[in-house]
Amino acid sequence: MTITVAGEKKEYKDGLTLPELIDAEQVETPEYVTVSINDEFILTENKASTILKEGDTVEFLYFMGGGQ
Amino acid sequence: MAMTDEQIERYSRHIILKEVGAKGQKKLLNAKVLIIGAGGLGAPAAMYLAAAGVGTIGIVDADEVDLSNLQRQIIHSTADIGKPKVKSAKETMNAMNPDVEVKTYHKFVDSTNIRELIREYDFVIDGTDNFPAKFLINDACVMEKKPFSHAGIIRFKGQLMTYVPGEGPCYRCVFKNPPPKDAVPTCKQAGVIGAMGGVIGSLQAMEAIKYIVGVGELLTGKLLTYDAVNQEFRKIKLPTDTSKCPVCGTHPTITELIDYEQEICEETASRFEAER
Repeated sequence: MTITVAGEKKEYKDGLTLPELIDAEQVETPEYVTVSINDEFILTENKASTILKEGDTVEFLYFMGGGQ
Repeated sequence: MAMTDEQIERYSRHIILKEVGAKGQKKLLNAKVLIIGAGGLGAPAAMYLAAAGVGTIGIVDADEVDLSNLQRQIIHSTADIGKPKVKSAKETMNAMNPDVEVKTYHKFVDSTNIRELIREYDFVIDGTDNFPAKFLINDACVMEKKPFSHAGIIRFKGQLMTYVPGEGPCYRCVFKNPPPKDAVPTCKQAGVIGAMGGVIGSLQAMEAIKYIVGVGELLTGKLLTYDAVNQEFRKIKLPTDTSKCPVCGTHPTITELIDYEQEICEETASRFEAER
C-alpha cells in the first residue's frame, strides 16, 4: 500500500501498525512523538492498536524545547 | 497621532507597502509585544520588532549574558558578558530605535506572575528554552485570551506555530504534557546552529507584525517546521477539533497554572554548589 509519511509517498506492507511505522521511519524519541493520521491526532493509548491503510497521510510532530 | 518627518523616513519601506501603509505603521507604533526569553529566539525577534517600531516591547529573562550565548544571541555583545540579558537587550534596542519603549523584567515567569505580566500586551513571543516555561506560557495565554507565537529550535531544526484565541489549536492541543525531564534533549545537551535562532525568531517577529497590522494568514492551525540540513520548510496542518483540549477545549480540566519541575542545568547546579 502507499501512504504519505511527512509529505513523502512511501510503500509499506498492508496491515502495517503504527508502532511498526514509527520503528521503520526511525522516529526520534518515539515515546514522545505526537502522531496525526489524516489530520487527526492519535491518542497515546491508541498508538499500539492503530493500523494504517492505503492512502493514509501520517505526520510526526516532535517536541522541540530549545530557544535560548 | 501623526508621525514625525523622521518617523516617516525611518519607516518608509513599511509605509510604501500597500498592506502596511501609514495606518499599519501607526498600529505598530501603538502595539505592545512581550518577549519571554532574550536568547536565541528572543534576540532576533526583539531586534526586528524594535527596528519595525513596535511601540512597547517587554522582555522577560532572569539570566545574565554568558560567553557561550554569543554564538547565536546577536542582541548581546562580548562587552555585555555578565550583564542581565534584559539590560543588554534594552541597550541594543534603544540604540537601534528611540521610538521604542523597552520594559525589562529581570525574572523567571511562573504561575504567580505570568498572567499579570502578559495582560497588558497585545501579543506574546515564546523564546524560552524549556518545556515547563513553554506549557506555562501556553496555558497563561489561553486563560488570558492572548495570541502568542510558540517556537522551538534544536540542532539544525526549528518549528513554530501561532495561537490566536478561538481561531485554532493551542500548543497543548498538539503536545498534551511536558515530556519527562531529560527525555527530550535540550540545546545545551544537543547543540543548535546559531543562525537557527535567526530564522525562527525572525519568523516569530513576522507573525507578531502580521497580527498587529492584520495582513495575510498566520500560522494558526499549522506547524511550520524547518530543516536546515535539507533546506526544507514544511507546513503541517494541525487537527481542527480543539474541543477535547484540557486547557482550550470546551470543558477544560486545567483551570489553574502549573509550575512543572524546572530543569536545573549543570551550570546552574554547579553555581549553586559553589555558593554553598
